[in-house]
Amino acid sequence: MLKEIRPAIVLLLLLAVITGLVYPLAVTGIAQALFPKQAAGSLIMRDGKVIGSALIGQSFTSERYFHGRPSATTGTDPADASKTVAQPYNAANSMGSNLGPTNKALIDRVKGDLEKLKAENSSAPVPVDLVTTSGSGLDPDISPDAAYFQIPRVAKARNLPEQAVRQLVERHIEKPFLGIIGEPHVNVLALNLDLDGAAASR
Amino acid sequence: MTLIGWIQIALYCAIVVALVKPLGWYMTRVFSGEKTFLSPILRPVEVVLYKLAGVDDRSEQDWLRYTVSMLLFHVGGFIILYALLRAQGFLPFNPQGMTAVAPDLSFNTAISFITNTNWQNYGGESTLSYLVQMLGLTHQNFLSAATGIVLAVVLIRGFARASTQNLGNFWVDVTRCTLYILLPICIPYALFLVWQGMPQTLGAYLDATTLEGGKQTIAVGPVASQVAIKMLGTNGGGFFNANAAHPFENPTALSNFIQMISIFALGAALTNVFGRMVGNQRQGWAVLAVMGVLFIAGVAVCYWAEASGTTGINALGLTGGNMEGKEVRFGIVTSALFAVITTAASCGAVNAMHDSFTALGGMIPMINMELGEIIVGGVGAGLYGMLIFVIISIFVAGLMVGRTPEYVGKKIESKEVKMAMLAILILPAMYLGFSAIACVLPSAVASIANAGPHGFSEILYLFTSSTANNGSAFGGITGNTFFYNTTGAVAMFVGRFLMIVPAMAIAGALAEKKLVAPSAGTFPTTGGLFVGLVVGVILIVGGLTFFPALALGPIVEHLAMTAGTLY
Repeated sequence: MLKEIRPAIVLLLLLAVITGLVYPLAVTGIAQALFPKQAAGSLIMRDGKVIGSALIGQSFTSERYFHGRPSATTGTDPADASKTVAQPYNAANSMGSNLGPTNKALIDRVKGDLEKLKAENSSAPVPVDLVTTSGSGLDPDISPDAAYFQIPRVAKARNLPEQAVRQLVERHIEKPFLGIIGEPHVNVLALNLDLDGAAASR
Repeated sequence: MTLIGWIQIALYCAIVVALVKPLGWYMTRVFSGEKTFLSPILRPVEVVLYKLAGVDDRSEQDWLRYTVSMLLFHVGGFIILYALLRAQGFLPFNPQGMTAVAPDLSFNTAISFITNTNWQNYGGESTLSYLVQMLGLTHQNFLSAATGIVLAVVLIRGFARASTQNLGNFWVDVTRCTLYILLPICIPYALFLVWQGMPQTLGAYLDATTLEGGKQTIAVGPVASQVAIKMLGTNGGGFFNANAAHPFENPTALSNFIQMISIFALGAALTNVFGRMVGNQRQGWAVLAVMGVLFIAGVAVCYWAEASGTTGINALGLTGGNMEGKEVRFGIVTSALFAVITTAASCGAVNAMHDSFTALGGMIPMINMELGEIIVGGVGAGLYGMLIFVIISIFVAGLMVGRTPEYVGKKIESKEVKMAMLAILILPAMYLGFSAIACVLPSAVASIANAGPHGFSEILYLFTSSTANNGSAFGGITGNTFFYNTTGAVAMFVGRFLMIVPAMAIAGALAEKKLVAPSAGTFPTTGGLFVGLVVGVILIVGGLTFFPALALGPIVEHLAMTAGTLY
């Protein structure tokens, strides 16, 4: 059995180098040559500054923007480093709410959000994704229904005709792959960027 | 449930089944030491590795030496990973300046990765340096996956060979598996994932000024290279805390679909390797059919439960199913499908938070793991788990007709059945025992995040997932405590190695036997009757062990939910 100790040590170290250093570093090199944008995190720049990643949701609260889904991420309290506080869309600490189906806190939270949304737009049913948190807390997307639902508010806040906003939303609906795989969705950050662009060009 | 949802499920199953034969053919060649199309490039590398390590690739080992080699390899892997976790603050590739991981968390994480569990008591982006992610976790993802595969191959050789003690050479098998199977798939796969939007960089986290003027720190890293092997090797440990729900760890519906396929691909193909090596591919298809029946049943229940939503949310007039903890780009169907796949295999990656699933939707992952992840299974672990159930089924069939049972030409005798029972009983002993202890310890109960029966489910899920080496979680529970870090590590260790050693002993005993020619009295093991018998034995043996525990958790929670009770 002692004969097996040498291969155990040598092979372990050699395979560690191959799979733990050569492989990831080679993939890094090739990926940055072939897909530099994605490899760096699909960054979106405006006026020379990073304003976010195309794939990572952001917290929107202004009436003038489409809002993403509620987010359950937390972060360190800026006032007291020993505490954690709610920090929606904290992209350095992804997490879901982990609230179970019979948790009163979940139902109370949904009820609260639901009332606010109903006050904002009473003409359409509230889409479920607007009152539920995502798995990562960083979901960049909302359903097409959730985008349509917010059109009256955004149009009013920006003083735009609803029809114009609707056309913008429709342009941003991403269909399932090959029409089959996945769900139709709207990237909130991309839509809001276009909204700012449309307002600027008027 | 929608038609398009079922089309996605059907398409998924069709692709997995279509891959079984070509991958099975290729893997059989690799483990038989034959030339492959990659040999001109890889053979020289292989020869150098053997030379440096002092391995003679023509010599073979008996089951005990093979097992000891495997265990030594894991001891070394544990030491490297533990040392990296403790010392990461002093090592390179650490742009975020992560400091040493606490001893109990390092212990848990190191055990977790050498056992192919990848339980996440750590939060990837908030705890680990890039060096640990690469040299620590990516490396172990390869090796624990390769180990699982070669152990399944050894059990197959036990059935296929006759009158010999030689079962192959662990060092050769593990090297060939890594070089010829895992790496060649992972390189293009990782690049595909980057194309879909996954970061692959050694740079620091990014500071963004959001559209509304807020600050957002965006965690990045060498993600794609790790995710490729994490899925293919059914490891499941996330680069990020939110695992495959994180948009960087699973950017699109297409990346999600391919990730689901890669969880099952090698495990499903091993059934074909089995068929080829015992000389009748139909034996492999029969085993895959057993897995398929159980898989489809699980998918149907989980999809139905999630699409139906929860009573509490539906009562508010909301429709569209249970979207809490799910991502919009995946929707209900691929979230439910992913949950069943990841627990049917020993993967444990999640693209939605299982803790927020409906009671019955969350019960299916638990059942999958409690059965021992035999439905396709982790690379390797699924096949040897399933073959252990086959041995029990054949034994039961033998009792019915009063003959010594046979399977693929081997007589199944007392030693094999005893070892199979040992392997089957060790799982419930661990997860039920530890759950019971946790329930009476106030400090352990304090970790739960949801009150009522769901809190019990969180504890049961934790120990089930640890013992079964899955690694998915009802993530609300605070697992990063001294109690759960240590007991979870014990459960992972015992669940892995006390399953492996009996399986190896069976392989050794089988290989020494003579092949017996099938006679008129031999129970045919390629037909529907055999498939039905094995499914029945799995459900009865499994059901008797864990049904009482499920009754206290998800089942009572479902009844409470439909009655409108909240906790």
